[in-house]
Amino acid sequence: MTSLRITNVHLIDPERQTVELGNLSIKNGRIAADDPTLPSRDGQGKYLAPGIVDIGAKVCEPGERHKESFRSAGLSAAAGGVTTLITRPDTEPAIDSPETLEFANRRAQATCAVRSYQMAALTKGRLGKEMTEIGFLQDAGAIAFSDCDAVVTNTKVLSRALTYARQLGALVIGHPQDPGLSQEAAATSGKFATLRAIPAVSPMAERLGLERDLAMVEMTGAKYHADQLSTALALPALERAKQQGLDVTAGISIHHLTLNELDVADYRSFFKVKPPLRSEEDRLAMVSALASGLIDIISSMHTPQDEESKRLPYEQAASGAVALETVLPAALRLYHAEQLSLPQLFRALSLNPSRRLGLDSGRLSLGAPGDLILFDPDVPFVLDRFSLWSKSKNTPFDGQRLQGHILATFVGGREVYAR
Amino acid sequence: MQLQHLLGIEPLHPQSITEILDLADHYADQNRSRARDSKALAGCTQINMFFENSTRTQASFEIAGKRLGADVMNMAMQASSIKKGETLIDTALTLNAMHPDLLVVRHPHSGAVDLLAQKVNCAVLNAGDGRHEHPTQALLDALTIRRSKGRLHRLNIAICGDIDHSRVARSNLILLGKMENRIRLIGPATLMPAGIGEFGAEVFHDMEEGLKDVDVVMMLRLQRERMDGGFIPSEREYYHRYGLNAEKLSHAKPDAIVMHPGPMNRGVEIDGEIADDLNRSVIQEQVEMGVAVRMAAMDILMRNRCQAAKEAQA
Repeated sequence: MTSLRITNVHLIDPERQTVELGNLSIKNGRIAADDPTLPSRDGQGKYLAPGIVDIGAKVCEPGERHKESFRSAGLSAAAGGVTTLITRPDTEPAIDSPETLEFANRRAQATCAVRSYQMAALTKGRLGKEMTEIGFLQDAGAIAFSDCDAVVTNTKVLSRALTYARQLGALVIGHPQDPGLSQEAAATSGKFATLRAIPAVSPMAERLGLERDLAMVEMTGAKYHADQLSTALALPALERAKQQGLDVTAGISIHHLTLNELDVADYRSFFKVKPPLRSEEDRLAMVSALASGLIDIISSMHTPQDEESKRLPYEQAASGAVALETVLPAALRLYHAEQLSLPQLFRALSLNPSRRLGLDSGRLSLGAPGDLILFDPDVPFVLDRFSLWSKSKNTPFDGQRLQGHILATFVGGREVYAR
Repeated sequence: MQLQHLLGIEPLHPQSITEILDLADHYADQNRSRARDSKALAGCTQINMFFENSTRTQASFEIAGKRLGADVMNMAMQASSIKKGETLIDTALTLNAMHPDLLVVRHPHSGAVDLLAQKVNCAVLNAGDGRHEHPTQALLDALTIRRSKGRLHRLNIAICGDIDHSRVARSNLILLGKMENRIRLIGPATLMPAGIGEFGAEVFHDMEEGLKDVDVVMMLRLQRERMDGGFIPSEREYYHRYGLNAEKLSHAKPDAIVMHPGPMNRGVEIDGEIADDLNRSVIQEQVEMGVAVRMAAMDILMRNRCQAAKEAQA
C-alpha cells in the first residue's frame, strides 16, 4: 500500500519551520494534495515529520558483517526513524572501487528496509595517496566521497582530489582534525583527561584541520561538508567560510550534541568516540550553532563495535557508538530542554542533509517522497541496549532515561516499521 | 562506605587516608622489631599481576603479603597469555575461578585496573595503572612525610619533573591536596598536563623559584623513553634546569626533606650526593614505609572483605 492518508497529526514542516495540526496524503509513494478518499489512519494528535536522512552511518559490509549488516542496519534505521541511510566507506576493505561499491549497493537493495545510498572513499584504501576512480564511482551511484576519519595528510593529493571532484560536482566530506596533534588521543585535553590520565588532544586540532580544509576548498572550489564539528574553537572559521560564499556545510554527531567528556566517568568505553567527547561549554556552543543554522546537519555517526573491541582498557578500546535507534530520542533531549524546536531539529536531521546530497526527501512539500515518521516526543523510557535491532549494542545511552517513541516509519508511503 | 578496593587516591576520604597511615605506622614499627610476622592475612591468597615490568614494587607487595601470612603468588603477565591474545576480561574470569582474595595489579594503561576490579570477585589493589594512579606510592610518601615532619597538613610541598606522564605525581597531588597542603608543581611546560592549573596547585617552570621555602622536595623519575617524543631537548639541558643539586636545594627550607619514588637516574633528575645525604634524603625510608603501607592497605581491605561477607550472610 503506497497510498494513504494520515489524519489528525501535528505536521512538522522543516521548510516552513512550522508545526500544525492537520492531515497528510500520500499517493503512489509521494506526498500529494489532501485526498479524503484515501484509506486513512488516525494519527491521534501525535507528530508526523519527514524521515531522518542520516549522513555517515557505518554498515560493516563488506568485511565485518558480524558487527552490522545491511539487513540489521535497515531494521535499526526503520525503528529509529531513519528513512535514508547514507553509508560510510570506512569498511574493511574500504569501498574505494566500483566493484566494492556495487557489492554494497546490491546488498543494500536486497536486504535494507530503508533507502540507502553509499559513499565511496576519496583515496584508494583511504590511505591518502591516490584518488579513487571518482567518475566511475559516481556513475555507480556514489553519493559523496570521504576518507572518513583517515585525514588526507598530503595536501597535494587532497587538492587534486578536490579539484577532480569539483569538476564532477561531487560532494567531498572531510573529517577536520589535525593528525599530528590528535595522534593516539582518546579524550579532549583538560582537567578531566588529566585526572583520568587518558592521552588527550587539544580542541585546537579540530580548528587546525578545518582551517586547512577550508583553505583547500577556497583554492579548488570544491563542494565540501565537514562531517562533524564539535568545538567552539572551530566555529568562527566555519562562519567566515560561509560568509565568503564557499560551498561549505558542517555536521555534528548526535553524541557531541548530547553528551560531554564527563560522561566517560570511570573509563566507560561506550563513550569513546572520534573525535572524543568535548567539554560542556563546547557542547552548548554547538547547540547554539545548530539553532542559528551555522551547523547544518545532525548525523548519527552510527559506528557498530562488537563487545570484544569495547571491553578493553579505555585507551585500547575501539571508538564509535551505535546510534540509529537513539538519534531521535537523544535529539529530543534538546527539544525538551527548550534549546531547539521540533522544526529546527528536523531541518538538521532531514531537510538539510537531503538538500546537501541533492535528494528530494526530508520535506513535507507536494511531490516529495512519502518518507515519514510518526512519533510521540513525550513517552519516557529507559533504554536497554539489548533491545536494539542493531547487531552491535555499543550505545552510550544504555540505562539512560530518554523520551520519544517512533510509532511508525514510512518509506515511499510503505510502512517499514510499526511499534 | 567501606573500602572494597584500593584503585586510587581520588575516591578516598581524608579519614580513610589517616586510618591507613595510622595502621601503617604500627606496621612500620613492627617491621623494625624482631616479631614482625603477623597472621592478619593467614589463609588468604594474594596474586600479584604485573602487566608492566617492576622489581621494587612487586617485591614490596610480596614481602608485605608474606609478613601478613598470605599465600603470595606472582604472575608475570608480560610473558604470559596476554601475548597469546587473551583479553583482560578473560584473564579476570580465569582468575575468578581460582578464588583469590586479593589481586595486586599493575597495568600500562590508565583505567585498566578499574576495569579489572569490575569483573573480579576479590579485592583489587592498584599497583599503578598507566599515568593514572599509584595509590600505595602516594600513601607511603605521605607516611614518610608525616613521620619526618610530624604532620601531614599545612606543608609546602614541591613535586618536580615529568608531571604529565607520572602516576606518582597524580596520586600525590590528590592525596596531599586532600590533606590540605600547598603544592607546587615544577617542570618544563611540555611535561605539564593540560588543565593542571585547575587542580589547586601552583605551577612553576623555574626550579629555584619553585623550591623557595618548601618543606618537602619530591623528585620524579624522568623516563628515558619520553625523550623520544621530543618533550625536552636533551638530558643535559634537563639536568641543568631541573636536576636537583645542592645549589637548587639551598632555596628550600634548611630542614627540607628530599624524596624520590625510585629508581633514580643519578645525574638526570637528581645529583648523587643529595640522594645519598642522610640528613636530607628520605629515599631509603620511603622504601621501608612502602612495605608498611602496603601491609596496612591489604589488612584493611581484607578486614572489610570479611565484614562484607559476614553482613551478606546475616
